Amino acid sequence: MAHGRDPRDVAVVAFAQSDHLRRTDDLSEVEMLMPVLHRVLADTGLTTGEIGFTCSGSSDYLAGRPFSFTMTLDGVGAWPPISESHVEMDGAWALYEAWVKIRTGEADTALVYAYGKSSPGSLRDVLTRQLDPYYVAPLWPDSVALAALQAQALVDAGETDEDALAAIGARNRAAAAHHPHAQLRGTVPPGDYQVRPLRTGDCAPVGDGAAAVVLAAGDTARRLCARPAWITGIDHRIEAHALGVRDLTDSPSTRLAAERAGAFDRPVDTAELHAPFSSQEVVLRKALGLADDVTVNPSGGALAAHPMMAAGLIRIGEAAARIHRGASDRALAHATSGPCLQQNLVAVLEGDARE
Amino acid sequence: MPAAPVPEVLSAPLVVEFPFTRSLGPVQSAFLTGLRERVVLGVRTGDGRVMVPPVEYDPVTAEELRDLVEVAPTGTVTTWAWNDHPRRRQPLRTPFAWVLVRLDGADTALLHALDAPGPEAVSTGMRVRVRWAAERTGAITDIACFEPDEDRGAPAVAPAPHDGVFTDPVTGIVAEARLDYTYSPGRAQSAYLHALGERRTVGERCPDCRKVYVPPRGACPTCGVATTEQVEVGPAGTVTTFCIVNIKAKNLDIEVPYVYAHIALDGADLALHGRIGGIPYDQVRMGLRVEPVWTDGGRHPDHYRPTGEPDAAYDTYKELL
Repeated sequence: MAHGRDPRDVAVVAFAQSDHLRRTDDLSEVEMLMPVLHRVLADTGLTTGEIGFTCSGSSDYLAGRPFSFTMTLDGVGAWPPISESHVEMDGAWALYEAWVKIRTGEADTALVYAYGKSSPGSLRDVLTRQLDPYYVAPLWPDSVALAALQAQALVDAGETDEDALAAIGARNRAAAAHHPHAQLRGTVPPGDYQVRPLRTGDCAPVGDGAAAVVLAAGDTARRLCARPAWITGIDHRIEAHALGVRDLTDSPSTRLAAERAGAFDRPVDTAELHAPFSSQEVVLRKALGLADDVTVNPSGGALAAHPMMAAGLIRIGEAAARIHRGASDRALAHATSGPCLQQNLVAVLEGDARE
Repeated sequence: MPAAPVPEVLSAPLVVEFPFTRSLGPVQSAFLTGLRERVVLGVRTGDGRVMVPPVEYDPVTAEELRDLVEVAPTGTVTTWAWNDHPRRRQPLRTPFAWVLVRLDGADTALLHALDAPGPEAVSTGMRVRVRWAAERTGAITDIACFEPDEDRGAPAVAPAPHDGVFTDPVTGIVAEARLDYTYSPGRAQSAYLHALGERRTVGERCPDCRKVYVPPRGACPTCGVATTEQVEVGPAGTVTTFCIVNIKAKNLDIEVPYVYAHIALDGADLALHGRIGGIPYDQVRMGLRVEPVWTDGGRHPDHYRPTGEPDAAYDTYKELL
């Protein structure tokens, strides 16, 4: 497979993330983000002025700060004005926008970043505000409750049980044992029920963090990175929004996105899945038909660190970093948003054949 | 100049409330008005399925849906989750089960709470019935919750067509929302606020372009680097531009008209905002030299007043406009 022959082929050429922490009271959002931006740019040798397009993902509701994304733009040196955009979504969708920008020839390089500071608020309550305002939000069903309804549906369908769910949490945190940025690593007890059948150990930790990626086209990518992680396909799809309409044990939107991204054309060796709850890894593995020999979440996944709005972008970054260092040749990265895997993005990344 | 020390972290409670007044379409209006009248309506899709709660467009085909039917206030749990620690504003104050319920006559499920004594009393497939709220307004909370209904099996009654017409239909809802935060402003702004407590205004200088930002935000927006060096500015400054406010603001005890100005404090490379007092509003001008006026207990200058110095020359502040 010859990557980068098409001058508009896009690769991830650098990835950086912050330490993911329960609280960062001493840092504003831009103070938390800036070191990550500097590290990802230093990796490529680019300055902010040399970036063709900048796109970010964040949500003001997390920290309760209106227009916080305009403040974090200070960290990229946005004056004089740069070509820039923002999504009130996970940074994986900001990366999608940047990918389109490069594919259409509008830019040769892009800086994509995302951050979430959940510590100032009560995340479980904040996330109720993204739900249907007529039939659902007035009941204030929190994010863990909705995931627990999905988990029970999986248990009823015979797809998993509480021991299997605990094993998923344990496997992810064991994988993160030596991850320098993880929030939870090594052995973490399953804990009490949060909302039954989900225990503390089945849920992603709540915390603060940031991540950034640099994308580049064709020859520029080769110049900036020894082994670029070429995005050979990327697509995102959404489920019907009423939970009671969906089969919660399956994720047809993930499967369709994966198909459109070319994930099923050839096997992948690595998959970074954005599953904020152990039960959701069960759904994603089924939807993606992952074989047993695929390395799933070598980073520890979302159960080891889950900065809202950045955790999906981190899946792409972690998959790309594995290709950069030669640990993977073809990886799948997945990002999700909304309750019970409402919206799903799948990207396929490949490295050049090794000599 | 001192390097910026790590200040004591400030924090304060922050409440964000955002009630939205939302209008209802014909289907949602009929459904929510129906709940007020203890009637549960669904909508029939093109392929004959009945959706409860009803939507206005088919989630698969996007076809417009208007064919309302009445379904039973009884149904079957399709999945559940036991909630030992009810959170503020959730439907019940005592431990309860979240449930998806497929009402008899419906093909889809409704999310709500089930009042049950404990998780051992709840199972998928169990029969439940609506418990109506005593006071109903035309909202999803008109269903107070579901309760177990062990006695009867599912009735084999087909959903009955319904015209969706009620007297005094509900045409909108107010979606209340309140979120509570503990706000921490971070390093740069904490330092700024600490200094203000001592009636000093302290900005930060960019290590690259040397500009001094007041108030500091922690980063230089031109260079994209952290500002690290603290610089005390002012207290006096120059009005760079201003406007005359003629409309009285709610909850603000200031007589109109008054002047609100951009003020470049001496030593700052960015103007901040402030009210100008101690001078008739129609005599304020660009270049006017001003100084802060503090009030007892005030945590920031109440306003700025003329110093009596000659006006600053335009060239000295034209880059700060």
